[in-house]
Amino acid sequence: MSAATAQAAGPPPARQAPGTVPAALRRAAGRRRLTPYLLLLAGAAWLLVFFVAPMVYQASTSVQTGSLDKGFRVTWHVATYWDALREYWPHFLRSLLYSGIATAACLAIGYPLAYMIAFRAGRWRNVVLVLVIAPFFTSFLIRTLAWETILADQGPVVSFLNRVHILDATSWLHITQGDRVLATPLAVVCGLTYNFLPFMILPLYTSLERIDGRLHEASGDLYATPFTTFRKVTFPLSLPGVVAGTLLTFIPASGDYINAELLGSTNQKMIGNVIQSQFLRVLDYPTAAALSFILMAAILAIVTVYIRRAGTEELV
Amino acid sequence: MQTRPMRWLRRNVVVIAGVLALGYLILPNLVVLAFSFNKPKGRYNYTWNHFSTDAWQHPCGVADMCGSLTLSLRLAVYATIGATVLGTMTAFALARYRFRGRAATNMLIFLPMAMPEVVMGASLGTLFLNMRIRFGFWTILIAHIMFCLSFVVVAVKARIMSMDPRLEQAAQDLYATPAQTFLRITLPLAAPGIAAGALLSFALSFDDYIITSFNAGSTVTFPMFVWGSAQRGTPVQVNVIGTAMFVVAVLLVVAGQLVGGRRRGARS
Repeated sequence: MSAATAQAAGPPPARQAPGTVPAALRRAAGRRRLTPYLLLLAGAAWLLVFFVAPMVYQASTSVQTGSLDKGFRVTWHVATYWDALREYWPHFLRSLLYSGIATAACLAIGYPLAYMIAFRAGRWRNVVLVLVIAPFFTSFLIRTLAWETILADQGPVVSFLNRVHILDATSWLHITQGDRVLATPLAVVCGLTYNFLPFMILPLYTSLERIDGRLHEASGDLYATPFTTFRKVTFPLSLPGVVAGTLLTFIPASGDYINAELLGSTNQKMIGNVIQSQFLRVLDYPTAAALSFILMAAILAIVTVYIRRAGTEELV
Repeated sequence: MQTRPMRWLRRNVVVIAGVLALGYLILPNLVVLAFSFNKPKGRYNYTWNHFSTDAWQHPCGVADMCGSLTLSLRLAVYATIGATVLGTMTAFALARYRFRGRAATNMLIFLPMAMPEVVMGASLGTLFLNMRIRFGFWTILIAHIMFCLSFVVVAVKARIMSMDPRLEQAAQDLYATPAQTFLRITLPLAAPGIAAGALLSFALSFDDYIITSFNAGSTVTFPMFVWGSAQRGTPVQVNVIGTAMFVVAVLLVVAGQLVGGRRRGARS
């Protein structure tokens, strides 16, 4: 399962289809030309009807005007986009900021763990892998609620942070408020980091695991310090995992609204919260659609720039 | 000069950081476990009051909870079957054939995995709304199959790509019909990939809240029950279910490892 999850990362590699028996190929050439389409039919149709069509429909919804009882009609009212941006730009900014920080934190926390599983865990490897995946099976809502207990105002964690004056420092930085952690940016980012950490660890692990251990020895033989070996050998070789992991963390985190809702206050609402309430409570479908598209565009832009940078400067 | 503990620390700094990270991942599960034995004072199960096994003795003691749980399990089973069948077929087409539109299909499979759930959920919800399709079990199932499909395709495709094509050629050389080759060689070889995809689908479907909330109408799945109860205080039974799922999953994985290990041992 680990490998499969991790594989879900980058765009599917375009490898050559394995060869098949020439005789059989010739015999059934006509039928074979149709076979891939028949195999694809159901799956592709499902995605076209229930994924692509809704997207197209959403695009048209975003330029509609009207009301719930009179119905919505396409009027090419592009102003919805401007209004949405003007009103909700802080939420966009906050979403990108929170998910960016959470992604960086996931990388910082996940890399040592993935490295440990790949190179240092020995016969404990499978046990640790199971422990990384197992939390998935307790509903993530329940686990996020558990953070409310952990970070509770009178709880041991907050009292400790208070006693060693860490909360004074974080309040000064405006990431917590007073002697609370709940209902502050810190709690939301902490929740996001926690929730998406396995999505970082698994791709990192798969790319680290493929590294030939002899490369480390060779680097050591050439008088590289462990740190230089890491910087010049291990890290560059694990870059595909880093790219895949950061994308798998950043994209879902930027649209998430569970952590902001459960661990934050109204001042930590992210763009997902806005889309959700526009859609399910305010019933303003054009605005919800416009916000979705702006979010998608922002993510696409960031991801494209990121992949291009990671692809040209470091990977080659 | 370096003292001995310093040197030990330097050598094992990665392991220490890794174990701490693992603690961060496991801590909430331990809290869920501990608080499943709590008897909260008020409605909110956030502070420890005193030990009790009430919730474990009456796991269905809360109105509507077990109903939503069975609904979620049923949904997850159907979604897994649907996504696994469709996804495996798609994966075979993509891994085994070169055809016009292959790149576009790859893109089509990749996109749902690179899309925030809010966007997907809201779009599909809008479509259903405007087609005047009643929200409920079927709309949720459609949505779940949709977002599980890609993950199955990726898992199965990776497995097929790593299979040795000569095994199938050998079967055909030995006069196996294409159907026999598929059933007795190809399918068993692809089985681990299919199983991984199915397991992933089950977990994704069972745990989904965001997309479901846009397509459920008044139907309440287990995550939606948890979400709703979070506003007015989650019952202790929610922790019981969470812990039970965790334990069952770990046992399943361990059992799978044991079976896989024995088989691998027998072969070598």
